[in-house]
Amino acid sequence: MSRKFTPKVVTANALLEGDVVYLTADDRWTRDHTEAELIEDEAHAQVRLVDASSRADEVVGAYLADAKPGEDGPEPVHFREVFRTRGPSNYAHGKQETV
Amino acid sequence: MYSYTEFDEAFVRERVAQFRQQVERRIDGALTEDEFKPLRLMNGLYLQLHAYMLRVAIPYGTLNSGQMRQLAYIAERWDKGYGHFTTRQNIQYNWPKLKDVPDMLDALADVGMHAIQTSGNTIRNVTADHFAGAAADEIEDPRPYAELLRQWSTDHPEFQFLPRKFKIAVSGAPNDRAVVKAHDIGLEIVRNDTGEVGFRVLAGGGLGRTPMIGKVIREFLPKDDLLPYCEAIVSVYNLLGRRDNKYKARIKITVHETGLEEFRDRVEARFAQLRPEFGGADQALLAEIKAQFARPPLQASSLAAFESAYTNDPVFRAWTDTNIAEHAEPGHAIVTISLKAHGATPGDATAEQMREMADLAQAYSQDELRISHEQNVILPHVHKSDLPAIHARLKEAGLATANVGLVSDIIACPGMDYCALATARSIPVAQQIATRFDELKLEHDIGPLKIKISGCINACGHHHVGHIGILGLDRAGVENYQITLGGDGSEDTAIGTRTGPGFAYDQIVPAIETVVNTYLDQRESPDETFLQTYKRVGMEPFKAALYPDQEKQRAA
Repeated sequence: MSRKFTPKVVTANALLEGDVVYLTADDRWTRDHTEAELIEDEAHAQVRLVDASSRADEVVGAYLADAKPGEDGPEPVHFREVFRTRGPSNYAHGKQETV
Repeated sequence: MYSYTEFDEAFVRERVAQFRQQVERRIDGALTEDEFKPLRLMNGLYLQLHAYMLRVAIPYGTLNSGQMRQLAYIAERWDKGYGHFTTRQNIQYNWPKLKDVPDMLDALADVGMHAIQTSGNTIRNVTADHFAGAAADEIEDPRPYAELLRQWSTDHPEFQFLPRKFKIAVSGAPNDRAVVKAHDIGLEIVRNDTGEVGFRVLAGGGLGRTPMIGKVIREFLPKDDLLPYCEAIVSVYNLLGRRDNKYKARIKITVHETGLEEFRDRVEARFAQLRPEFGGADQALLAEIKAQFARPPLQASSLAAFESAYTNDPVFRAWTDTNIAEHAEPGHAIVTISLKAHGATPGDATAEQMREMADLAQAYSQDELRISHEQNVILPHVHKSDLPAIHARLKEAGLATANVGLVSDIIACPGMDYCALATARSIPVAQQIATRFDELKLEHDIGPLKIKISGCINACGHHHVGHIGILGLDRAGVENYQITLGGDGSEDTAIGTRTGPGFAYDQIVPAIETVVNTYLDQRESPDETFLQTYKRVGMEPFKAALYPDQEKQRAA
């Protein structure tokens, strides 16, 4: 039996600003993790990653990151992805500046 | 101080113009990221966790006040008002926008600076002793040789696609302040039995995944042979170095796998071929460079103001005792400005602080500043009578922390707060350790102690050579910190030994406190340093204190 698939989001960095972005279900790039498309199917995840990677004039380094459903939308699983949703811990710079 | 020739100036400007076009082509879609990435890396531009990062070289760590002011201007104009000084005598800007980078590079070129070869598989920024040209123990200023190496290695056609990055460090004093033994090539200026000055050449040192101490490949190299010999080493490495496995591609692995004897034979054979091709133009150039590094004339004057402040002001005295080093000229001193205020980010300076340091350098230090690999800033040529005034101004700027060489003078890499490669955070660990020992008011009692923190195995934070080293890892999705003890980055270079299992993020600061308390219990007298105590008593007492449950099990 195959292992259960961990849900994913497609994430990357914006080409111009370098800021962390996530792919939404309606093909936008959002800066907000909770707006990302939570992908529950492995084959669909691969298709979405290919879609994302083809948008080379918008983003850099697209990849699939583990995520889980949350109250307001998808939430990150790994601590690295948690940091990417807000910014560094030594200054209130990055995404946490605008929250 | 060295200033750019017309050739340097034209070359750097041309590079900026090229890069400007490359950025435009990337933004308009003509270049893919795969095509653009090697181009941006050749110009010091990384894409990190939250943003781009621009790494600017500060060759051999030397700057004048105008250059420091320009770094401040760049921080304010295109970044978030600060910069991060690194363990390789670079400054990093953490928040540039892609379209602004060519303007930033132009602004650097205006003051004879650049970001060339601060990334990629090339010869990187050549580093040197941050006290070079000022230290009392120096045989010769290493910086003219570092500058010669910079010019030789910049855009060297044979060495733009090495198997892996390549780092060279030069030291001119028997006390090694540049960690030369942890570099791909380490150069130590030495005097031989006949009194002639030359280089002891080390090869194959490095930290990272497989830490190795550099091996002596040539006990004494005449000064004139520097470039052909270095070219021979790099060219043998270029041929033999492994391109099949990134983790085995550094010269330390090449020397280890090939064997020092065989590697040396190949280098000597290549050197014999190359030597005649260097017809003396390099030596003529070196003579010109040397003239520019001559120590500025320093004036003798009364020490009364200094002595009075030293006697009467305990805060000034504490700062002088930790942050001042001996200068070659009587009556003078080398000032280390700590960028390690308790609780602050190691190596960070605001634009305002950079300007203040530039002003101090202009007023009191012959217009010179240095950046140390320990992430501090140095005023190299200060008359002691000016120290009270400097100290007063540093206090105003939040730069008068009296902790150089002490427990809170921590080296920390950017870690997972910024770096895309990191496996754990380093900065908050450094902040918390410094804050904790400041609360305990034990810092000066503990004495000399170097803590170095890396947020991944690549060891930018030099944890292997920390008296206490901390390595942050990702263990099953949780930050975990391993401790090593007994490392040493001085002329007695040693790689630290792991204490045992790692500690969770909220356990690492208490664990470090346990290590330090164990030292305080074990030391024979306050004069015995942490490293001396560790060498005398070994790992056992530290292990017993860190892992009491295991000790109990063993005793049962």
